Amino acid sequence: MRAYLPDYHLRAPKTLSDALELLAREPGMWRAFAGGTDLMVLLEFGALKHKNFLSIRHLPELRGIEVTPEHVTLGALTSYTEIQRDADVRREFPLLCAAARETGGIAIQNRGTLGGNVVNASPAADSPPALLVYDAELELVSASGTRRVAYRDFHTGYKQMDMRPDELLRSIRLPRTTGDLHTYYRKVGTRKAQAISKICFAAGARLASDGRIRDARIGLGSVAPTVVRCARTEDVLRDQTPDEATIKAACASLVQEIVPIDDMRSTAEYRARVAANLLADFLSTLKIDGGKSDSA
Amino acid sequence: MSDEEMSREADVRCTVNGTTHTLRVRPMARLLDVLREDLHLTGTKEGCGEGECGACSVLIDGELVNSCLVPVLQVEGAQVQTIEGVTAGGAELHAVQQAFIECGGAQCGICTPGMVLAAVSLLAHTPQPTDADIRHGLAGNLCRCTGYMKIFDAVVRACERAGVKA
Repeated sequence: MRAYLPDYHLRAPKTLSDALELLAREPGMWRAFAGGTDLMVLLEFGALKHKNFLSIRHLPELRGIEVTPEHVTLGALTSYTEIQRDADVRREFPLLCAAARETGGIAIQNRGTLGGNVVNASPAADSPPALLVYDAELELVSASGTRRVAYRDFHTGYKQMDMRPDELLRSIRLPRTTGDLHTYYRKVGTRKAQAISKICFAAGARLASDGRIRDARIGLGSVAPTVVRCARTEDVLRDQTPDEATIKAACASLVQEIVPIDDMRSTAEYRARVAANLLADFLSTLKIDGGKSDSA
Repeated sequence: MSDEEMSREADVRCTVNGTTHTLRVRPMARLLDVLREDLHLTGTKEGCGEGECGACSVLIDGELVNSCLVPVLQVEGAQVQTIEGVTAGGAELHAVQQAFIECGGAQCGICTPGMVLAAVSLLAHTPQPTDADIRHGLAGNLCRCTGYMKIFDAVVRACERAGVKA
């Protein structure tokens, strides 16, 4: 059933400090509303439980892509379209571009934001596995200051986050240390556009001159209550050559490390099998290309 | 709290198809409903109401969006273009519309306004799209009559026409 509109309040504070002041004055009363591509769907179904929202789309402090020698920092309101159009992001963070290109369709990509994808905290979101591979760091702002959280520590349970009700996500910061990673991104859904993923796989690694794997990074969506970095499987791969035995051991580790479920989109069995298949595919491209080309 | 906050209504100023409006609205009202019910611009259709089908596509500041997912407060100060506005006021159809007619790119017609706007948006950003570009550009618009091939043909024809004009 459609929501009863007079129940809902949406305000557009003039400045970031106005927004932060409102959030601080009445903690939990207001929630941020950015592109609306998730929240408006809930509204239409009459399932948007929270009633009071602050529209933050127009706040310039939350926009823009900033490049310094060490980092590329994306404002929380950076849209999926802006991600794809940015030359620096395209060159250095191809997994994030691939994720942005496969999120929704063009209309969703124009409206949906990277920050919204993070704080909506869906385990099936498309960009978080890429952010995990890139060791993203979040900048949270509030009236009492700013703090940084490593993205891999941010999601603490299903839809649970290390974020207070008086805080806003200001930006997502990516260290510029991964430009030479061999990367691999695959979203598996019922169709290429619009589908919510059955499984989402982002990975990166380097192959050293001795043919051994260095710095393997595996991020997965839709296989656990949160998006996950698969550290145990990364350990299995460390300093190994990507041969059949390594691939077999890594796949065996991965299916132990993830905890997929049966739901409306897929089954636990399918997700585990496909996760292992994608890992095997990634590792075999690593073997063939020697970490030089880029399949993302 | 001001009276405005108490009444939970807001004045939103925006330009729709070149005409500036000040709309007294519920701020969370869907742009789709405001266009259809307040401004009587019923060319914008509702399909799924959840951003999956693209029937409600409009352009905001030149970018394609699903108007069912936009709370009207967020078009404050924006330029909105609907299917009624693509001809720029003249009697002549837009090249994309003419191509849809010539190629039979419409069956029941519900998806057509959204398809046309998605195609207009695609050609604005990618004037010479490949077949893959066209499929990607229209992937957020569903045609439940499944008339996709003729729709794709229409986009190709619109490009050819634009090429001739240039």
